Order: sequence, then structure tokens, then C-alpha cells
Amino acid sequence: MADSTGLRPRPLPQPTPETQHFWDGTKVGELRLQRCIDCGTVYFPPRPVCPGNSSSDVEWFVASGNGSLLSYVINYRPHPSFDGPYAIALVKLDEGPTMMSNIVDCPQTPEALVLDMPLEVTFENHGDIAIPLFRPKGS
Amino acid sequence: MTVAIVGAAETTELGKIPDLSQIQLHADAALNTLADAGLQAKDIDGVATAGESPIAIAHYLGIAPRWVDGSSVGGCSFMLHVRHAAAAIEAGYADTILITHGESGRSGVGRGGGGGGRASLPAQFEGPYGGMGPTTMFTIGVLRYMKQYGMTHEQLAMVAVVQREWAGMNPRASFRDPITVEDVLNSRMIAYPFHLFECCLVTDGGGALILTKAERAKDFPNRPVYILGSGESVESPMVSQMKDLTSSQAFRIAGGEALRSAGISHEDVDHLMVYDAFAHLPIWGLEDLGFCERGEAAGFIEDGNTRPGGKLPLNTNGGGLSYMHSGMYGMYALQESVRQMRGTAPAQVPDAEISVCLGVGGMFAASGCIVMTNQQP
Ligand SMILES: [Zn+2]
Repeated sequence: MADSTGLRPRPLPQPTPETQHFWDGTKVGELRLQRCIDCGTVYFPPRPVCPGNSSSDVEWFVASGNGSLLSYVINYRPHPSFDGPYAIALVKLDEGPTMMSNIVDCPQTPEALVLDMPLEVTFENHGDIAIPLFRPKGS
Repeated sequence: MTVAIVGAAETTELGKIPDLSQIQLHADAALNTLADAGLQAKDIDGVATAGESPIAIAHYLGIAPRWVDGSSVGGCSFMLHVRHAAAAIEAGYADTILITHGESGRSGVGRGGGGGGRASLPAQFEGPYGGMGPTTMFTIGVLRYMKQYGMTHEQLAMVAVVQREWAGMNPRASFRDPITVEDVLNSRMIAYPFHLFECCLVTDGGGALILTKAERAKDFPNRPVYILGSGESVESPMVSQMKDLTSSQAFRIAGGEALRSAGISHEDVDHLMVYDAFAHLPIWGLEDLGFCERGEAAGFIEDGNTRPGGKLPLNTNGGGLSYMHSGMYGMYALQESVRQMRGTAPAQVPDAEISVCLGVGGMFAASGCIVMTNQQP
């Protein structure tokens, strides 16, 4: 149960033109975010317009991959992609945005999953798509 | 009052556009229209669309609307939106409304049932992580609230205990036997920190309402219940993208507008319904409506303020936790507010004159709020 997120099939995303850069990044081990050149807002999920000031003058950049555990639930109902109870987590990235993910290399228990613990990104390859997951930093 | 169209534009390109998804076609048209009007998205306070959800459009563009219309009746939906928008502006529900359309009809990029299938943003950025619907998504911010404000597991369980007290007075409630905090915490774990008794029921049922002009209301057999105020909003189609996990922007906007348009203060409210799909929703509702300061609603419930005989009777039918929950529970919350205003509720609040009914859509994605009274305005 420590790592319940092995290579079982997951519902995989289908990129769109506006999110392709993100999914191209995960395949080469990069977590890419977007930043507004006009107002500096860093935002997620990807879209070619800044939600802060409607500017289309935006760029993507490679994020640090560092974040912290913002919140989570541990699901106890059976799911075809997971063995036993598993956490669905929200990760606060150091650059500001929040992402949903799973926490790997960590027991899926309230004792091990401590809010605000530092996390780092890792990627799980599923052929054409790599999914960003997070693990305790330095694990 | 007359209402005018002050911005109009189409997408930058027309024809075959395989490099834009359907939601981006909405956005492209919207941005061109904003530019045409010399406005930014933050100047918009009303959103209408069909084909995509107005929730998705508002969040994508960074709009926090106080009026929303997702009427979807086929190709003429946008004529309806114009009409609804004109009425809304005349009523003061919104000042500046954006109506969008975008459709990847030929290329089929990010298209499908308003959600875009596996290409929608929720499917791409939440779908892979094992969510099991509301039990795992509605609940995901609660640990953050508990850390931020010190709410205990026992206080969360107390929400279910108090609502069971109300259900015990209601012969139509699904669950009527009294329960304790220990019973709640010993019930099966569904999605930590939520136990079975902190999750709503799954039942069958229905409800309906008929509205007419107030001046005709006395011609009908039952005591009229007047609409005193209302509000609406949306935030994000993804719970992971809420601005603050511990508070609902849609609750704050919809609830604030409802109380403001009703011209009432919190002290005027005799009865409150907060759509309780899970035990934390009444806590969010009490705070986002302004009945409690942030972080204080769990204690407010624990102290007995919302139970029978308390100063703010809440979810008096037993709520989604004990009365019934068919999936779209908002209708049942409205029915209980009507019963309380008619004076016919099984657990009737004595002399209640004003009821506030706060609904939620999706996982804090949307909200509507209605203020009712039995006093002729
Ligand atoms: Zn910006």
C-alpha cells in the first residue's frame, strides 16, 4: 500500500492545442506553468489567456517541481486504478498555482501525510502521456 | 430602461481551426468582443453560454460573475441569453454581461457534451488521480480548513448529529433515529476524514414549484411565499482550482447578492437552509453567508445554535444527511423553505417570517441563493 500508484491503467488526459505544451513537458520530465508577461500572474491549468487581466501575452516556463501538501482525502472505496485506500491530494506549487495529484513513495495514512509537508514532482509514464505525481521531498 | 449591445465580435478565424479547442474558441471570441468594447474580463459581471458550461467559461477567463445563464436549448440558445440578459440588467442582477459561443464543429477539438470528454480541463488535470465523484472531490479541502481553524473531527460529526435531531421530527425523513458523535465517527470511512454519516443519502424523489405575479398570489389556495431576494454565481469547474479551499467564492457572491437584494440583515433571518451534500457544507455556508466569522461556524453548530430551539434553525427537514438526497437536492431545500414560510413544516419554526435557502452546484462550482418571506413585500 506504500506505493499504490504503480502502473495500473489510469483515466488518461487527451491534450488540446492549448495544453499540449504542458503534456510535452511532462514527457521530458518538466513541469511547465504559464506566466503573464503583462502582469506577472502565474496560473494553471494551461490556457493562452491570463485570468488576471485578459492578456494573451503569456509564456510558459519550467517550474521548480517543488510544492507542499495543501489538502487531501484518502479514498476508501474501490477504484480500478488503485490498491486499497489511496490519497487524492492538492499540491500548492512554490510558484503559486495548485494542482491535483497523488502522493507516492509515502504511506497513504493521515500520520504520514502531514499538511504542508514539502513535496517534489515525479512523472509516471503511460506511453504517450506522462502524469505528474508528487513524493515527499528528498525521499 | 433600455439595454444595448456594446461589444460584438467573432473568432479571429472562421472555417477550419484545428489548433484551437472548443473552449478556446469561446475564449477567442470573448477576447475579441472585450477588445471591441474596450473592456477586460474583470469588467464583466454576468456570463451566459451554451455548448460549454458557463462555469468553465467564467473560470477560464477569470470572471467572478453575479449572474449566470446556461440555458441550453439548441441553436437559438443565444437569443434566449440576450433576452435573459436584458431582463437581468433591467432588474439590476448584472451590469455588463458577456454571451459566448464557440464550437469545434468541423475539427472536433476538445468537443463533447459541454465537458469535452477526456480533453476537458477537469478530465486532463483532475481525472487521472482517482477521484470518485463528490465523496472525494467535495471533501478534499476539509483537512485544510481543519488545520487553518482548528476544527475537530468531533465538531464535523456534530453537524450530522444536529441534523438528525431535526430529521427525528420529520415523518418523511429517511433516517430518524438519534445518533451521537461516537456513532458518526464509528460509521464506515468513505474518504478520510469523512465517515458514512457525514455523507448525504442517495435516494429517489422529486419536487416542483409554481411562481406567478405577487398581485395574483392571494387568489391561490395556499399561503403565498414571496421571493424577497436572490443571487447566483459560479467559480471553477475544478475543485482543485478554488481560490480558497476553506471558503466558496460562489457562496459569497450568490449569498451576498441575495441578502443585499432582499434588503435584510442577518438578524432578520428566521430560518436557513444550506445544501448539505456533506457535513462541512453548512459550515462553509454559515461563514460565506456571513452568519459566522471565518473559522467559527463549527463552534456555532456545536453550541446548539442551529438545533431545534436554537437561534438559527438550519436544515430543518434533516437535510441531505438525513432527510433525502436524490442527486440534485436543491429542490428539496427550496421545498422546506416554502413549508417553513407557509407554516406547514413538520418541524415548524414558530413565527418564522424570512427564510434563506443556499444551494450548491458541482463541487463548490456554482451557487444559487433565494430569500423567501411570508410577509407581503
Ligand atoms: Zn495578466
